[in-house]
Amino acid sequence: MHFEESAIESFRALGIELEELPRWNCCGTVFSFATDNVMYHLAPVRNLLRVREQGKDTVLTLCSMCFNTLKRANKLFNEDAEKRDKITGIMDNENLVYDGKTQVKHALEILRDEVGLQSLREKVGQGLKGLCLAPYYGCMLLRPDGLGIDDAENPTLFQDVLRALGAEAASYPFQGECCGAYQTVMQPEVVGERTYVLVDGARRSGADAIVVSCPLCAFNLDQRQGIAGRLHSDFDAMPVFYITECLHLALGLGFKEEWKRLHHVPVDAFLEKLHRSQNVAGAVKRQRSNIRE
Amino acid sequence: MQLKNEEISSALKQKIEDISGTNVMKCYQCGKCSAGCPMVDYMEILPHQILRLVQIGTWEEVAGANTPWICAACLTCSVRCPRGVKIAELIEAVRQIALRNRISGRRLEISKEEIENLPPIALISAFRKIIE
Repeated sequence: MHFEESAIESFRALGIELEELPRWNCCGTVFSFATDNVMYHLAPVRNLLRVREQGKDTVLTLCSMCFNTLKRANKLFNEDAEKRDKITGIMDNENLVYDGKTQVKHALEILRDEVGLQSLREKVGQGLKGLCLAPYYGCMLLRPDGLGIDDAENPTLFQDVLRALGAEAASYPFQGECCGAYQTVMQPEVVGERTYVLVDGARRSGADAIVVSCPLCAFNLDQRQGIAGRLHSDFDAMPVFYITECLHLALGLGFKEEWKRLHHVPVDAFLEKLHRSQNVAGAVKRQRSNIRE
Repeated sequence: MQLKNEEISSALKQKIEDISGTNVMKCYQCGKCSAGCPMVDYMEILPHQILRLVQIGTWEEVAGANTPWICAACLTCSVRCPRGVKIAELIEAVRQIALRNRISGRRLEISKEEIENLPPIALISAFRKIIE
């Protein structure tokens, strides 16, 4: 899958080796709010335990939903002694008892905390200069307040990362508004309407593309543009990229031909624009060095 | 509407409060949750109205509305509530009671072909609302 491949290769270029967690299982995708049922928390806690089994202390998630589910389950495990004992009791077939010490970090946080945005900027150089990107946080990176990667109402991390990649970050009011999430299964037209609003907002802010950090947002904002177009004659399609694809591009690692097929909205015009602005930047640089000589 | 004390189902209100871990009586009906809800256009009863109905214990209207099933639990309401009411969690409690007692829920009425085109992340999260 293009998300994983672009992440592994980009982080390797930044000096961070990502290792797939052995025996990982699906986290359940949504954190369960029901206070009288701990069963849903077993799946995320098992993953957190697998991290400790490897002797590691941090798990990186590429997905916002995994980030939210794992982090909230971890918080619950650490703060609610009664539930912790219950969960540990149910998990008595494990070789190790989970100690609550796994850190859950989203890829964007690793860029901020481990790589550092200044050092990222230096490694990237020109990067995505000449392009304007609309960051889309969605829900699960931001809420509930205090658990997300940044302020729930006025986040800046995604913009900061895009700027570090050389791009201009679009400012639009829908960066943290829900895309409709799993309504895409039973009511795809509702998600089509949401996609219309979000893409239209990004377009009005001057963006060339939307950048997401969650596979479900990626599916909805990209695939459901087909429905948005059917519902609204004035709809103008816009390519949607995963943050790690942009990272890969900005680091000069290119964009693989087979990734294009995984995009619903064609990405060629965007890549062409990037190519043109890189050529212009290259030409200006050459000219400047000629003058100096 | 005239409300008689004996009509209020406080047992149900208690159950919803227990499951959601929130105090529904803290709500003073400012409507901020409904104002910011991205799915509100599709709801038969708005989030702040659900709260009011839970406060006065009229379960039928709450369980009969499409609102709990349209809510995507994006948590915008819970983050913005000036009274700290966990509205998304409360709506999840309504869903839990409806599903556990087989009162209402979503049905997976889509073709095999459509399912194959959906990512697992969408299906697994949607299963939380499915009654059959």
